[in-house]
Amino acid sequence: MSDRTAMLHGDTVYRVHWQPGTDVLTGVCHCGAAHDFEDPVELWEWLLAHPEGHHPEQPAAFEPLPPALGSPEARGNGGRA
Amino acid sequence: MFVRDQWYVAAYGYEVGRDLLSRTILGEPLVLYRTEDGEPVALADRCVHRRYPLSQSHLDGDTVVCGYHGFTYDRTGACVAVPGQRRVPRTARVASYPVVEQDSFVWVWIGERERADESLIPRAPWLADPAYTTVSGMEPLAARYELLVDNLMDLSHETYLHGGYIGTPEVAETPITTEVDDKNGVVHVSRHMADAACPPFYARSTGIEGRITRWQDIEYHPPCLYLLHSRVAPAGVLPNADGSDPDGFHVEVVYAITPETEHSTLDFWAVARDFALDDQGVSDFLRESNRTVVLQDVTALNILERVIATEPEGYQELSINIDTGGLAARRILKRMSDVRS
Repeated sequence: MSDRTAMLHGDTVYRVHWQPGTDVLTGVCHCGAAHDFEDPVELWEWLLAHPEGHHPEQPAAFEPLPPALGSPEARGNGGRA
Repeated sequence: MFVRDQWYVAAYGYEVGRDLLSRTILGEPLVLYRTEDGEPVALADRCVHRRYPLSQSHLDGDTVVCGYHGFTYDRTGACVAVPGQRRVPRTARVASYPVVEQDSFVWVWIGERERADESLIPRAPWLADPAYTTVSGMEPLAARYELLVDNLMDLSHETYLHGGYIGTPEVAETPITTEVDDKNGVVHVSRHMADAACPPFYARSTGIEGRITRWQDIEYHPPCLYLLHSRVAPAGVLPNADGSDPDGFHVEVVYAITPETEHSTLDFWAVARDFALDDQGVSDFLRESNRTVVLQDVTALNILERVIATEPEGYQELSINIDTGGLAARRILKRMSDVRS
């Protein structure tokens, strides 16, 4: 579950992926910048410092998560009205 | 750290009736009841006269008659009668709270009345959906609500605190993905286990024998509503490409986290399922199992509260990967409380 999948969408979404088989957390900012950490506190400090220290090389490519649980697509009755 | 100007769950709809119900939210004592035409009402639970709790009083039609001297209040909190005199002082009024009944909960707005917007109430539609069967309850927690948020945002504790019920080794071993929608203030934490042991909670309720594919997708709407979208299926069985999922078992675990005081919390919990809808045995089992799990958390968090309350400020905690979602939730709560302070 740590491949780069995306559940939330929007221009203010931060994502953190725990790389499978490692202790590495990859933080991905909404600007596209990404950075690896082994400490979630440092990771959030970096993410929330946007745009300071953020150098988006290219927008991160995300695979859509197969039907997000609770999403309208998956449930047909809506997670949020 | 209270967050005001928010909707909080005060009660389940079935708790609010023609008896007066006392609840404290964010330190504010409330009395709840239902009018004769079925509308829920929330008033300040203190008579304006000598502060006697109105919850210790009685209803006369849709008015509350104070059990001490008979000051009588209508559903808006206005005093309509006082004993021994015709003139009711103009200031004789108790606060009334905006109330919305939705998704089986009675929500109350705590904050500036004019800022109450019903559209801001997060949804838990499964709880009132005939396509689901729900069991629910509420346990009082003698701990600050932030400890319950920490607890629910990191489910790796299931392996250690809830072994034999919902915990298996794979929960703590499986990495998570965390997402934060900063603008809308929502935190998602996902843990998808491809091949895991089936804990008794799911084995007995679904009838699945053998290993399972188990997904846990948390959706936290700070401060009050926490949703855990849980999917279990025989190992390797996935939803169809079009999103339909006839071979999956879905459980929507809902918590309403309502701060009562700085050091106590109302822990509302509900478990909605889309299978074995009419099986009372499954309902009884899930109710008892989930209540046991909640009480295991209550015991642990009450211990933790006592530890924290007696230690000096400034203890340096250590956070690791499993805490990524909890840290995000804390940050959003802090921001929400700072807006008001």
